[in-house]
Amino acid sequence: MIKLTIDGKKVTADAEATILEVAREEGIEIPTLCYHEALTPIGACRLCVVEVTEGGRTRTMAACVAPVSEGMEVVTNSEKIQNIRRTIVQLLLARCPELKVIKELADKLGVKDTPFKPESEDCFLCGICVRACDEIVGVNAIGFTNRGVRNEVLPPFAEASNVCIGCGTCTTVCPARTFDLERVTKSESMHSFGKEYRRDYCSICGTHYMIPESYLSE
Amino acid sequence: MKHYRTHLLVCTGTGCVSNKSFEVKRRLEEEISKHGLEDEVLVVPTGCNGFCERGPIVVAQPDGIFFQQVSEKDVPVLVEEYLLKGRPVEKLMYRPEEGAPAIPKMWDIDFFRHQQLIALRNRGLINPESIDDYIAHEGYVALPKALGEMTPEEIIEEVKTSGLRGRGGAGFPTGLKWGFCRQANSSDIKYIICNGDEGDPGAFMDRSILEADPHAVLEGMIIGAYAIGAKEGFVYVRDEYPLALRRISLAIEHAEGYGLLGENILDSGLDFSVKVIRGGGAFVCGEETALMASIEGREGRPRPRPPFPAHKGLWGKPTNINNVETWANVAQIVIRGGEWYSNIGTEKSKGTKVFSLVGKVSNTGLVEVPMGISLRKIIFDIGGGIPNGKKFKAVQSGGPSGGCIPEELIDLPVDFEELTKAGAIMGSGGLIVMDEDTCMVDVARYFVSFLEEESCGKCTPCREGIKRMREILTDIVEGNGREGDIEILENLSNVVKEASLCGLGATAPNPVLTTIRYFREEYEAHIRDKDCPARVCKAMIVYQLSAEKCTGCQRCLRVCPTGAISGVALQPHRLDSEKCVKCGACFEVCQFEAIAVEPLYPKVSVAGPYGSERNDKAND
Repeated sequence: MIKLTIDGKKVTADAEATILEVAREEGIEIPTLCYHEALTPIGACRLCVVEVTEGGRTRTMAACVAPVSEGMEVVTNSEKIQNIRRTIVQLLLARCPELKVIKELADKLGVKDTPFKPESEDCFLCGICVRACDEIVGVNAIGFTNRGVRNEVLPPFAEASNVCIGCGTCTTVCPARTFDLERVTKSESMHSFGKEYRRDYCSICGTHYMIPESYLSE
Repeated sequence: MKHYRTHLLVCTGTGCVSNKSFEVKRRLEEEISKHGLEDEVLVVPTGCNGFCERGPIVVAQPDGIFFQQVSEKDVPVLVEEYLLKGRPVEKLMYRPEEGAPAIPKMWDIDFFRHQQLIALRNRGLINPESIDDYIAHEGYVALPKALGEMTPEEIIEEVKTSGLRGRGGAGFPTGLKWGFCRQANSSDIKYIICNGDEGDPGAFMDRSILEADPHAVLEGMIIGAYAIGAKEGFVYVRDEYPLALRRISLAIEHAEGYGLLGENILDSGLDFSVKVIRGGGAFVCGEETALMASIEGREGRPRPRPPFPAHKGLWGKPTNINNVETWANVAQIVIRGGEWYSNIGTEKSKGTKVFSLVGKVSNTGLVEVPMGISLRKIIFDIGGGIPNGKKFKAVQSGGPSGGCIPEELIDLPVDFEELTKAGAIMGSGGLIVMDEDTCMVDVARYFVSFLEEESCGKCTPCREGIKRMREILTDIVEGNGREGDIEILENLSNVVKEASLCGLGATAPNPVLTTIRYFREEYEAHIRDKDCPARVCKAMIVYQLSAEKCTGCQRCLRVCPTGAISGVALQPHRLDSEKCVKCGACFEVCQFEAIAVEPLYPKVSVAGPYGSERNDKAND
């Protein structure tokens, strides 16, 4: 076990644990967007940044990917950290002004408006859908395409995926609800990326599935 | 080996090649054989000589005579006068300024005199495509010493003693890094990587080393492999560097042929092979975790550290990654000892550093200087100062994500610590010199838009933050800046720097922060007075034609692309500012100073501190 301090409180943690896991265990709230308990953390949204002091050196680290270490001192909510989080939320608020999850986050952090020009994106590229498709479903139907500001989640070459099984996992895990399950079942979701799925019923359980026709015929 | 009385070393680095140095080389050979001198004179294609400004360059040895800007038509004269008759060819020799006496010998020229070559020791001296040339110049001398007389631990100790720090930018102590990787016991399989993904505008250090002395890099890697315990190595070079790719690939082939790569190298029991990986040209792939992802065939996106590559790198195995220049120093450290290397440089930054000196500087080129040398010495003594009698304004150190260092810090000793203190970085060694005609807000906008393009897009602060920085800076240079923009930029910069996932985001705000720190009044002039003091930002300037000074020569009228200038010969012309696109072509050609660049919104009162005397017109 590892001994460390979080916000002045002495805690012990498993050597493999991340700062975020330990903090949540202790009831300390750290906001996240790209973190999902069932998936490998990637440290992309940077909302979970905390100040970490080790060996006299203080660094800002993403709590979701930072492993704990012996004697580490973690501060999760300093003025500096709050400012970073507020600024990141301002950036996200400008990117996706209509998204409920971002608006709620802004409210929580006391961000009233953003100094940046508003856009109308509905995805903030947390990559939860991409990781779920890879790690849970195991088909890798979608991934990140293009670089930087042109980054988006698409199947390879933005063509209809021939490996997507229409399971709807991406729509379920999407924190922005950009992937709408209702729309998937009507075969008009962006999840299908132009591919039409015929709805059919499972002969055993009777629940309807979204299965590519080709799979049924095989 | 055949002996020749004279060697003509023709620079075939990328700069000279694009100025037809291969044709010069071919013509030299033709002319030499025409005069029957082929058994006396050997023409050697070499890597980058360094003095790119004066290319194509031919150096005659053993005399050490430097011929510059040699074109195909100069070849007959050069061969006849210099080689046959033994006369100097003054018109091809270097003069520091017009009318000054020619300086025949390369090492008497200021550009070369102040340099100290370690990583570039063979540049312009050997044929990079010949392993024998390298061997003749103290090549593969370090390798048998390392394998035969030293233990891996002793090599790592020697590198630690040398004080060598990573030349790719971050400056991490190389010996320490090697030690971590050697000690990593999570796997028997270890890798080493040479990072040649040089992507900064205006930087060509790695490219030139790979083009001029690929075996030096290779020898460093073989020694590193032995010290660390790696059996496989990778050289990652961007595909835009065809010459570098060709020469490192040839070097690997030749080294394999000589048994210097492969199994049981020099009967030491060491097995080591090297593969070349061609990078797709993404700036972010210079970041080590993104580079490794790229080698693995995944998207070049960085991942958080820890785990560091020394523990979990390529394919999850312990990996040691160093920059091209770092590897190129290793063999010399092994031959001469760590102490020798540590005697060069400053207390914490040892040895020499290669810089690419570009921008508004007379002697553009590649220079290697001891750490701790002042910027003044690099820019004025080696670089020959600012051309056209202009004043020095600032130098951008460390590439696009470096910082602008102003004139008042020109005596700053160049090392990792001092540059960081000034808000800049060493980076991989790009130095972009700027003169008084440079608008610092526009410069910040330029670098930030480069970085916006190159951000991988994975983390929010870098992807969204840099884009917003570019938007605000664009607003400011276009005359749409608002009060409070500087403060928003400062806060955003600090957040991006602090919270980004990798080094790209962590350094991207540097040009913004340093230009605000040292040139805040320029930002304020743009925002408050709609005035660009350097007269660069088109939204804030107007071109005016003085009827008194105009002689009616019609030069401006002929170059104007939009027909904004009208008039008849020998009568003063007229400039229609409605049609003018502010390209500056007329200004460039006018010989009578009749065209002037004036502020679009002249200040109402005489100059004072910005803000105290507001420009009402500009804020309408």
